[in-house]
Amino acid sequence: MANEITIKIDGNAVTVPAGTIVVDAAKRIGNDVPVFCYHPKMEPVGMCRVCLVEMGMPRVDRETRQPVLKADGTPEIDWMPKLVTGCTERVRPGMEIRTNSEKVKTARQEILEFLLTSHPLDCPICDKGGECPLQNLTIQHGPGNSRFLVNEKFHLDKHVPLGDLIYLDRERCIQCARCIRFQEDLADDPVLGFDERGRATQIVTFSEPGFDSYFSGNTTDICPVGALTTADFRFGARAWEMQNSASICNACPVGCNTHLNTRRDGLSGNFAIKRVMPRQNEQVNELWICDKGRFGHHFATSPDRLSVPQIRKKGQLVQATWDEALSLIAEKMQAAGSSIAGIAGERLANEDLFTFRKLIEGQGGKIAAFPGEMAGGDWVQQVGIAAGSNLSELGGDSVIVVVANDLEESAPIWWMRVHQAVEKKGATLDKSKASLIVLNARPTKAEGSANYAIHYAYGEETATVQALLRAAQGNSVENETLTAAGKAIANAKNLVVFLGNEGLDYADSAALAQACANLLIETGHVGKPNNGLIAVWNKGNTQGAWDMGLRPLAGTTANFVGKSKFIWTAAADPIGDKQTLPEDTFLVVSELFETATSRRADVVLPVQSFAEREGTYTSGERRVQRFYPAVPARGESRPDWLIFSHVQVRVGQIDKAPVSTSVVFSQMSKEISLYNGLNYRALAQTQEQFPQIMGEDKYYGGTAFENSAGLGVQVRTSADLGQKPASRSVSSRSAIDGLTAVLTQKLYDRGTLLMRSYLLHPRLALPVAHLHAETAAMLGVADGEDVQVQVAGQKGKYTVCVSEDTPQNVVLLPNSVGALNFVGAQPAEVVKIAETVGA
Amino acid sequence: MFTEIIKGLGTTIKHMFEEPITIQYPEERKPVAKRFKGRHELKRYDNGLEKCIGCALCAAACPADAIFVQASENTDEQRFSPGERHASVYEINMLRCIFCGYCEDACPTQAIVLEHDYELAFFDRQSAIYTKKELLVPVPDGGKPTPQQVAPGSFNWSIPPMQDAE
Repeated sequence: MANEITIKIDGNAVTVPAGTIVVDAAKRIGNDVPVFCYHPKMEPVGMCRVCLVEMGMPRVDRETRQPVLKADGTPEIDWMPKLVTGCTERVRPGMEIRTNSEKVKTARQEILEFLLTSHPLDCPICDKGGECPLQNLTIQHGPGNSRFLVNEKFHLDKHVPLGDLIYLDRERCIQCARCIRFQEDLADDPVLGFDERGRATQIVTFSEPGFDSYFSGNTTDICPVGALTTADFRFGARAWEMQNSASICNACPVGCNTHLNTRRDGLSGNFAIKRVMPRQNEQVNELWICDKGRFGHHFATSPDRLSVPQIRKKGQLVQATWDEALSLIAEKMQAAGSSIAGIAGERLANEDLFTFRKLIEGQGGKIAAFPGEMAGGDWVQQVGIAAGSNLSELGGDSVIVVVANDLEESAPIWWMRVHQAVEKKGATLDKSKASLIVLNARPTKAEGSANYAIHYAYGEETATVQALLRAAQGNSVENETLTAAGKAIANAKNLVVFLGNEGLDYADSAALAQACANLLIETGHVGKPNNGLIAVWNKGNTQGAWDMGLRPLAGTTANFVGKSKFIWTAAADPIGDKQTLPEDTFLVVSELFETATSRRADVVLPVQSFAEREGTYTSGERRVQRFYPAVPARGESRPDWLIFSHVQVRVGQIDKAPVSTSVVFSQMSKEISLYNGLNYRALAQTQEQFPQIMGEDKYYGGTAFENSAGLGVQVRTSADLGQKPASRSVSSRSAIDGLTAVLTQKLYDRGTLLMRSYLLHPRLALPVAHLHAETAAMLGVADGEDVQVQVAGQKGKYTVCVSEDTPQNVVLLPNSVGALNFVGAQPAEVVKIAETVGA
Repeated sequence: MFTEIIKGLGTTIKHMFEEPITIQYPEERKPVAKRFKGRHELKRYDNGLEKCIGCALCAAACPADAIFVQASENTDEQRFSPGERHASVYEINMLRCIFCGYCEDACPTQAIVLEHDYELAFFDRQSAIYTKKELLVPVPDGGKPTPQQVAPGSFNWSIPPMQDAE
């Protein structure tokens, strides 16, 4: 390639793209130049100066402008009199680098000696000890002794909470600013900064509450010393004591690759998940995970978990054996004939969903995915983002459309990667910026980076996307921003649409999905990499449910189950979600925890969490990824698919339950045409990724884990396979009159699983009703007052928050905070709760 | 021939009048060498605070994987050791221990010491696991038992600078 440059590092030639940093170039030939402040995902700053190298350029004859050659024909090199920082120096033709000369070695020793003058050397109690860049580099390159006196060390605060989740140890900080730059450039939450100067320099947070970011945990990974630690892991275990298991985060549809670090808990005797760490997958989560994924794992090892099967006898749930429970289920199932309904939670693994569907449909019953309130999975199967896409490849010729969702709240890592494509503040060679079009009824964080932000009224989502398509086809539409946005789409090579369902019921959501699919099809952005539809599901494996052939519930559970005599809910809590189930049915619940539904059940079966078993999840980008067992199973709990298989045996559908998940998966890949040819071995394959974060050095990418357990496989859409999807006409409806209530997605909701992570409790969403000042005045309520909101016959208590960001005539309510639960935009009544009269 | 018999009996008779080596264990006990490596003890400072900071370097050094340490954070209300961190669980499996003393060498605060108790016999495997309760030495005179409540900010060093009086 024309823009590749060959340089010599310690005499070895290396060819890298123009613009590459010397440290990265050296890394490619296995030469580890030490770094502290440089991180391969962030722009260099040259603050720590440990990467000093000798640099030389060919001598040029001033008259002829030609390189001066030595007698042997090689160019004469002029070495710079002083050392340069390898992280800020970009490769240039003819450049030569020495990383191992005496001069360089002395400089490194001096820098390390200098960094250690203020470092407390408390490695025995430091959480970073054992995986600490400063420790490793001091042993590798350090001087061995110091000219400074240990008793003259500067002592600073050791226990500075930067928020509820992250603690700062001021003594240990070496002021590399990795955390500050991460928050500013990558996370787009600039809440950290330096305060004071010289030796008093310290990291401070200036947000309220402190360190208010969904990505804060990543700063502890990239911190090259133990200055930042998480409240969750603080003193939890030493780095070498824990076992690693690869896993997949199921909290949202991104499907981040994670590592579960586990260890026996000395007090309870059980195995505990000590921490969740990101596992490198450059196509999914790069080196990052959000705080929900990092701190929200506690449900898996919670003492509240169900551990034995229970059967209702004389009105009471009593402990039973698996044999009794399964026999009873099989008996009742057969007695019910085909009057059977299955409700499958969208967080179940693919194998569970597949087996559940086989069981229920094999008996002639019906099954649906719960809550199943968002449509579009069928469109994702056809025009979803094409296989081989990578959001970090989106550049100047790309347009990203975010419609009807708050990407940061629903899928933080997607937001981070979109932000990266749009702002290009991180380390990338391609600095051309993608365009972002945000369509929403209210301002969201994504708007801050948007090139075109369009507000519609709730109800006009589909019409807005249709107008965008008309604009992209060269027609002019009423809205100037829309016209400009359409022009951007028309000129774009790549188009990615993030589809949400804020303020939409199932039918509206289906219309919006259709409109988005039309936009992609009509503008020719299907079936090629970095193009297509991504559905921002509200649950982790909703796409898997669609792929397994489950249809969404699309309405109320009461409507769905009808007069079924036998109902089985798995990983779903319809009653807790303000739905109803008929009283006179036989109800089976397989769950992790006691829920409102399980209290009503006739049989309750304990299931295993994701940390105890094997399986696969399908991400919103249709990447099928494996997770592995990390801790022993709780009590007598069993994996969902095995329970379903055992019942299948008892009702005579199959002779023998499959022996493992891989057997279920291979059967699944035969029957589900989208998954044809997939198997567990294919999903476990890996390939070399750049940056290479592991190897001899652990400092380069911070504490991150290389991916040795599989990158997963992105399933191909029908458009990828050459089919030409056709757009279909779609009808849109107009805005709703009167006061409208809409549920908004919050990352830290009050769901059954997240509530078990007590650490996150101070950050959980509160029941707050957001109102525009004029709407609040019209309703006669003021900021901070308690109100009763009535929607679709339900009543919930909320506290009013008046904000200018809320559209007029709308009351925005956070989803899943233990109050109201409904879908779509609904007419609402807001009544002030009269203050109690009394003392 | 008789001379040989008399010579042999002479040796026997000589030994009869020698001081016997056999001692009446357990009524009598021989002192062990000063640097004998017997059962471990977890030491305390003179004020009663535990020397162990829960760093688990002993467990890392242990060639027999006999030691399990779980650490927790100290607070000024509940202070076990002078630094930030203390061992909330400390277990040594005496059936695994080979009494090599590497734990002693690894300990940055000289908290673990192989002392002179060698009478380690168990009826079951569970009782071979010595916990903090058995390992920790009694509070010295003038010291307070742990956890102690201390004045805020009195121990803000990560590695305790405390020294016992010589």
